[in-house]
Amino acid sequence: MTTHYEEAGTRETTEGRVFTVTGGDWGEVVEAVAKADDERIIVNMGPQHPSTHGVLRLILEIDGETVTEARCGIGYLHTGIEKNMEFRNWVQGTTFVTRMDYLTPLFNETAYCLAVEKLLGITDQIPDRATVIRVLMMELNRISSHLVCLATGGMEIGSTTLMIYGFRDRELILDIFELVTGLRMNHAYVRPGGLAQDLPPGAVDQIREAVKLFRSRMHEYDKLATGNPVFKARLVDVGFLDLAGCLALGATGPILRATGLPNDLRKSDPYCGYENYDFEVAIADTADSYGRFLIRLEEMRQSLRIVEQCLDRLRPGPVMVADKKIAWPAQLAVGPDGMGNSLDHIRKIMGTSMEALIHHFKLVTEGFRVPVGQAYAAVESPKGELGVHVVSDGGTRPYRVHFRDPSFTNLQSMAAMCEGGQVADVIVAVAGIDPVMGGVDR
Amino acid sequence: MSDGNIPATRTEIPVEVVGNRQGMFGGRGTGDTSGFGGLVAPIVLPGPSSRPYGGWFDEVADELEGALEEQGLDPADAIEKTVIDRGELTFHVRREHLLQVSRTLRDDPALRFELCLGVSGVHYLSDPGRELHAVYHLRSITHTRLIRVEVTAPDADPHIPSVVSVYPTNDWHEREAYDFFGIVFDGHPALTRIMMPDDWLGHPQRKDYPLGGIPVEYKGAQIPAPDQRRSYT
Repeated sequence: MTTHYEEAGTRETTEGRVFTVTGGDWGEVVEAVAKADDERIIVNMGPQHPSTHGVLRLILEIDGETVTEARCGIGYLHTGIEKNMEFRNWVQGTTFVTRMDYLTPLFNETAYCLAVEKLLGITDQIPDRATVIRVLMMELNRISSHLVCLATGGMEIGSTTLMIYGFRDRELILDIFELVTGLRMNHAYVRPGGLAQDLPPGAVDQIREAVKLFRSRMHEYDKLATGNPVFKARLVDVGFLDLAGCLALGATGPILRATGLPNDLRKSDPYCGYENYDFEVAIADTADSYGRFLIRLEEMRQSLRIVEQCLDRLRPGPVMVADKKIAWPAQLAVGPDGMGNSLDHIRKIMGTSMEALIHHFKLVTEGFRVPVGQAYAAVESPKGELGVHVVSDGGTRPYRVHFRDPSFTNLQSMAAMCEGGQVADVIVAVAGIDPVMGGVDR
Repeated sequence: MSDGNIPATRTEIPVEVVGNRQGMFGGRGTGDTSGFGGLVAPIVLPGPSSRPYGGWFDEVADELEGALEEQGLDPADAIEKTVIDRGELTFHVRREHLLQVSRTLRDDPALRFELCLGVSGVHYLSDPGRELHAVYHLRSITHTRLIRVEVTAPDADPHIPSVVSVYPTNDWHEREAYDFFGIVFDGHPALTRIMMPDDWLGHPQRKDYPLGGIPVEYKGAQIPAPDQRRSYT
């Protein structure tokens, strides 16, 4: 070996001395830094730090325990989803967008489908049952996303119990997703025009039971965290961002509502019939991480209310638009090797209906055409306003799809929340933003 | 025959052609004997709308035009055209006036578009002189309204003024649009790449940038890369 490492893995660069921390060597690093004549210390957190929610890189300039400057490095999870969608047909787009923010797949799909439906001009023709199931699935998804936020946020400040509780309860919802869509995540369940398929038998009962069980467990979070002095000591007044800061930085969702502004697209710009549901917008007036935590708890309770209303509203009916030139033609059924094409349906179109076969062939290989134009659709995702800008050139593929992901925009406020605070509070502030890098980088 | 039976003169609707669509089956150079391969259809974007726009659209347009006039700016100069399509209001703004228009949209009490929802780039490869579009969505929480502002720039001079001084949230959004489309936002505090590595060449979401990808072998058959497959557009 010709490379020579000094104590604690240091090397000299043009930007100063760089220390590589590998774990278990903190004492040596501190000692070496104390000896160094450089006043300015820059700490690189991530992109592989477990508490950065994926591959987020935080660049912190510190003075003792105080953060004087904070910046984000993102892009480590960029997968070119928007570009890829320009090479797939409109229906295939749902399988891509579901992978963006992987904790809120059903919001991504619904937002995308609402935009495509607006372009097609079929917003009014979406069957009621499909819309109710969309709302139902979105609200379940809101709970599961908030649970991950609470669980990981709790784990990062040392509350492993909160983590276990959160992931335990999330399983209830993922089980429902698996039953309904076939997958725990990456569902591609919401399609332009409606849904991939109807709720399977037994789903309504299972959802009712899960809602009951989850509601009975909600008080555990209160008992464990809400009034817990240690928990409050870590969260109260940390990650402060007031209303002016939120609007300037474009922060939406729990961050904005924690400033006391009841801004929720479900109320202010209703989609999917949200104006017909009875629920309240959770707000707090603390503008800090603790307020955001309380809002998420309350939103889960409100989501349970909406889920129950959805179950009461379910009426039998189609879940796909009646227009056969748009509706996905395939029928799915459970076979001996899992879910797949329904053999009965294939037998029918192959044997008895030439037109059905032609439609099937055209729609599956070629896809439907979408009239020229552009549209913007937005939904209130658990993280804030999830907007989709879709442009069509009249072809069978999107000309351009752009996602305004709330995680991406909200993450910009990290610097405003962290600068001037303690290093340990950076973790709490980032957990309060709840960024998911799949959505940030897309 | 009475005059009532004569159809009214059709008003000339100005259209914006951004390209042509050729053929029906995407096959190039194959022995297409159907004749459909020779079809040429123009791609026409929705043209400018005429008054009244309907709903609150007139109010917003009046207020914006009035406010610009008060500032000594001819609205016809700043706003190229106003398009209503699919229930959405779009102002096409000339790039040199973007900053003033967006400041007016944010600050005028009757407009109050406090929240900018970022900028989305679109690359119209076959629209000479207006290839790059920057599309801004603005939301007014006060009035619960949503509008779109669209600005164009030619590929040869891809400069658009940055609105970060008005909407700081566009910091990362403009970096993203620069990274993916090569739109240079003049006045941005630090216009660097955000998603791609710093030393990346090219701007990946432009239409002249290939998707890339390699053919994949599956059960003995070669599946070409997505951009090499037959397309039916």
